[in-house]
Amino acid sequence: MAGSQYRGTEVDDVDHYMKGGGIDSEREKEIGQHIGYRYDVNLVPDYDRITLFLSKYIELMGWDDLNWLEDVHMGYEEGKPAVFDRNINGWVSIPDSINLPEGQQDRDMLAREMLIKFQMSKQHPLNDLRKAYMKF
Amino acid sequence: MASLEESKAQQMGMHTEQLLGRTQQMFFDPEQEDNFLYPWAKEVDFNKRGEVDASDLSSTEINNQIRTLLKSGHGSIVIKNPGAKHSIAVGILNRLNLTIEGSLGYFGVGLIDGPNVRISGRVGWSCAENMMSGSVVIEKNAGSTFGAAIRGGDLVCKGSVGSRTGIDMKGGTIIVGGDTGAFSGFMMQRGRMVVCGDAGKSLGDSMYDGTIYIGGTIRDLGVDAIPAELTELDRAWLTRKLSQYDLMPAQDVDHFQKIVAGKQLWNYDNLEPIEKKLIL
Repeated sequence: MAGSQYRGTEVDDVDHYMKGGGIDSEREKEIGQHIGYRYDVNLVPDYDRITLFLSKYIELMGWDDLNWLEDVHMGYEEGKPAVFDRNINGWVSIPDSINLPEGQQDRDMLAREMLIKFQMSKQHPLNDLRKAYMKF
Repeated sequence: MASLEESKAQQMGMHTEQLLGRTQQMFFDPEQEDNFLYPWAKEVDFNKRGEVDASDLSSTEINNQIRTLLKSGHGSIVIKNPGAKHSIAVGILNRLNLTIEGSLGYFGVGLIDGPNVRISGRVGWSCAENMMSGSVVIEKNAGSTFGAAIRGGDLVCKGSVGSRTGIDMKGGTIIVGGDTGAFSGFMMQRGRMVVCGDAGKSLGDSMYDGTIYIGGTIRDLGVDAIPAELTELDRAWLTRKLSQYDLMPAQDVDHFQKIVAGKQLWNYDNLEPIEKKLIL
């Protein structure tokens, strides 16, 4: 796994951060907070796990791979699975109705799919911002 | 997350609020019909080709012509005679195949989100600054602060680049076929940088996260940049990415050195308010 310096790579349990984990080191216990991301930002995607939706997306965009989505991973916010949306600078919760796959790579693919659906939705907050501030 | 009441800092009365993230409630239907484009994106056809002769145009006029072509559905645009003008092809938030026949000045193809750009010449400072997604391939050399604050996408220079490559990069991939100058990866926060040649002094200085791969020699490492083990996943990723841009070295990728953050500079995250309160 890439990012060997990241402590998250030593976490064998893929549900570690959903079980309230992450307060592991002495420093974390002292301050009561997890330090850093709740996923490995350096984990590169396993293209064997790519979904049909994502394949169609990268084909439409004319790319050869996941491009910017290589940086998107399934994270865990307040003990729930979530994906970080850079356009709103916040976490997007994964609906309870969606079953989480077992492996982190499969979860990352699901997170990428959810993020695309959210960003391209007409309900995305960026639409209102664009109406208010767009120049062209 | 463990309750803050249990923490030593809380018991000492150092803070009162719980510092949580800003979770956005999901308000779209995950089962909705496939939609891959922003609601405001222009419908374009990659087979519909347009040209702009930039020889007598200002940067603003060139950018306006690109937008006009996008509105009329052109998915492939060629810019001829760019004359190394500054700030060309900036702010394109659309899928597009853009070819620039010549060189660009400062801040070329900045703030883009989606297009695939090919530049046959050189580029000046801060090429693809704040790039969000898409790909940019430069056939010759690039100036300093190449890919400054890039957030996503592939930025490729087949020649050599100046200093401070990928400064403050927050995602994406920067690939350099030749050498890179001093302070490359300075304050890098995430993403990947691949340099097939040599790296100048203070590589990865003050990097918080992300990964740097160097195929040649490293003059010296910056503060908190440390070597790491090249894994099988790294090798597979490097092989795929370098092959994609015809930059795969003859001797494979085993000789690449991997540099990551030593993680001694964790002071930019949500702990900062706590730290400040502890100091106060």
